[in-house]
Amino acid sequence: MTNTLDKANINQDYIILKVKGEKQIKRRLMDLGLIPGTKLHVRKYAPLGDPIEIMVKGTELTIRKSDAFNILIETIAED
Amino acid sequence: MKIVLAGNPNSGKTTLFNNLTGNNQHIGNWPGVTVEKKEGILKGKKDITVVDLPGIYSLSPYSLEEVISRDYILNENPDVIINIIDGSSLERSLYLTTQLIETGIPVIIAVNMMDVIAKKQDVIKSDLMGKMLNCPVVEITALKSHGSEELINKALEVAKQEYKFRPVVWYSQEIEEVIKLISEKIKDKVDEEKLRFYSIKVFEKDEKVLGDLKLNIEDFKEISEKIKIIEEKNDDDTESIITQERYAFIKRFVGKVYLKNKLKMQNISLKIDKVLTNKYLGLPIFVVIIFLVYYLAISTVGGLLSDFVNESIFGDNGLPFIVSGWLESINTWPWLQGIIVEGIIGGVGAVLGFLPQMFVLFLLLGILEESGYMARIAFILDKIFRRFGLSGRSFFPMLMSTGCGVPGIMATRTIEEENNRKVMIMTTTFMPCGAKLPIIALIAGAMFRTSPIQWLIAPSAYLIGIAMIIISSIILKKFKGFASKASPFIMELPDYHLPSYKTLAFHVYHKLKSFVKKAGTIILLAAVIVWLLSNFSWSFKMVDDTNLSILASLGKLIDIIFAPLGWGDWKATVATITGLIAKENVVSTFGVLYGFAEVSEDGAEIWMLLATDFTALSAYSFLIFNLICAPCFAAIGAIKKEMGSIKWTWIAIGFQTGLAYAIALIIYQIGLIFTGVFNFGSIVGIFTLAVLLYLLLRPNKYLNPKIPVQTL
Repeated sequence: MTNTLDKANINQDYIILKVKGEKQIKRRLMDLGLIPGTKLHVRKYAPLGDPIEIMVKGTELTIRKSDAFNILIETIAED
Repeated sequence: MKIVLAGNPNSGKTTLFNNLTGNNQHIGNWPGVTVEKKEGILKGKKDITVVDLPGIYSLSPYSLEEVISRDYILNENPDVIINIIDGSSLERSLYLTTQLIETGIPVIIAVNMMDVIAKKQDVIKSDLMGKMLNCPVVEITALKSHGSEELINKALEVAKQEYKFRPVVWYSQEIEEVIKLISEKIKDKVDEEKLRFYSIKVFEKDEKVLGDLKLNIEDFKEISEKIKIIEEKNDDDTESIITQERYAFIKRFVGKVYLKNKLKMQNISLKIDKVLTNKYLGLPIFVVIIFLVYYLAISTVGGLLSDFVNESIFGDNGLPFIVSGWLESINTWPWLQGIIVEGIIGGVGAVLGFLPQMFVLFLLLGILEESGYMARIAFILDKIFRRFGLSGRSFFPMLMSTGCGVPGIMATRTIEEENNRKVMIMTTTFMPCGAKLPIIALIAGAMFRTSPIQWLIAPSAYLIGIAMIIISSIILKKFKGFASKASPFIMELPDYHLPSYKTLAFHVYHKLKSFVKKAGTIILLAAVIVWLLSNFSWSFKMVDDTNLSILASLGKLIDIIFAPLGWGDWKATVATITGLIAKENVVSTFGVLYGFAEVSEDGAEIWMLLATDFTALSAYSFLIFNLICAPCFAAIGAIKKEMGSIKWTWIAIGFQTGLAYAIALIIYQIGLIFTGVFNFGSIVGIFTLAVLLYLLLRPNKYLNPKIPVQTL
């Protein structure tokens, strides 16, 4: 099931399919390791609902839903 | 010799920089921008400079920090780059490494946080990593100063050797062919070691490089066609293709280089965050922590110490008494005595009296920041700040400013987006600082003593401060100069760690130092001048009645400016102006002008007199003006330092004072309407309000910006 990161579920593992968006945004997301083929784990949403905390390549990152919208993901089974 | 430190934010770069340079640091700004520049001399070696580049994730041309770093490396020809990486985020950290190596400058990798790795019982094979990346790798733990010596020795060794650049990351064949073609075309335009770097950048269609290199049209066309073929084949732009190939390269060997401990212990930071960023507990816990910080800093510990300083050292039997006794005994001229005792000791003493409270406040806020909790606060609050065009990171400077605006302004450095940073630098002093509290107490006491709303006055000052920050942000962001550049807000949540004494001490020391320095210089000078001007008449004779002093006549010249605000009185004008030196002066100046050489902190002695010169409305207007207008000289100095330009400093001060004027005018004139007065002033008041509302509510044409970052 394909989806965008801003609608991800907590405690779920995903794999990134594609990164869309304007050059600058896309570059920034990818510089931080959010590239196609990368696994990420959705940790939680902030108390007020935004941003999202995810774990990517060993680091905890927070990303706003409006930016996460640019990341196409697919569910994978949890190890 | 020049050594450059490069690395991701949160990699421990600053700690390492402090280890290497000790106190021989010079911190300023890169020319004309709001980005901090840190340079220092290597400990024990006078001829070696260490430059700390801003924390970056890559050398792309999209953010100021990256452009500054890239320009420095390519144009200033450092002898060696020390790339500091967080050993526990190898995969992501090495992304920058691959780019640094491509610049052609020799790179040494310093793997930091070895202590954390050891605790987790993971293993790093540094030698193997060095082989894969063709550069020396040194293991360090910056927080404990482990490995610094070995690092320096290695760096010096590398700097002295002959370095032959050899590519480490090889891209796919079709890409390499295009790179080769590009290299042929540009090899006359760049140095040999940097050829590969520039060629890859051209392949990525890097705007800045293309602008600098100025390829001729046929070459550009030929290259563009080849690039287009690859982009179509991969259904992606070349920048993204390169990024992915870099990460693929890293992925291929990182598994062999970093061996994770089989036992999957859950990260302690994650456990802590289960509570601290908990959906239900997160916000309440945050409120409690902030409250505790203030309670400790202002009321209890800090308060006690401040009282001690104020009463014993600067009090009636303290320094002023001793010094004036001594001066009298040696028959000093009365005017010189006056300058020294009332002017210098009195003026400077008022400011220094705050030192203990600020020390405690800075210490506690420093702990919050160093431990990693501040990032969590930004995470929790981001959604609120987002509404006004800011980010969760704006909270920290606002918090700092309630103690003192100088470190508050300095704290804006952590805000990544440049225009947000500028907005915060300009508005953070709207938060009432410690020095403004006496003014609040004065007005509340003098004008509202018997009023049922007296208790509201102080909180209203904070609320208006916050409101002004929000309003300013909304208004400013609708102007071209401040519109947000398209950059996502992504923040790392670093692991929690216990701050080291050394780093904390550094932090607190530097903040207090700039404060004390200003007290010792500008405030001192200004205190002397104010004393002279208020105690002498134009014929250079000392006067007892301040009405006859130079300061009074100057005040009477310009007091009319403030008439529309309800307080066009020379005393109020003069008090406001002395507030520029230090906000506490407003109260003490009123004291002097009403005939009291010394007044208590809230000016209780002059409440009656003040009440005859003000109405409740005009007093509140006066209060708000002084809280929002340009801050004290020390803070203005900090603004200049952070903005990195005089033009922007003037813009900042102009904006603050202009806004203060407008708000005070609105409060007074519209307030008058409610008392039944309606005249020309009321019309001006309504007009001003209308203008403000227009600026606030007009559509924002910069909401989806496609404005590229200006290159340096």
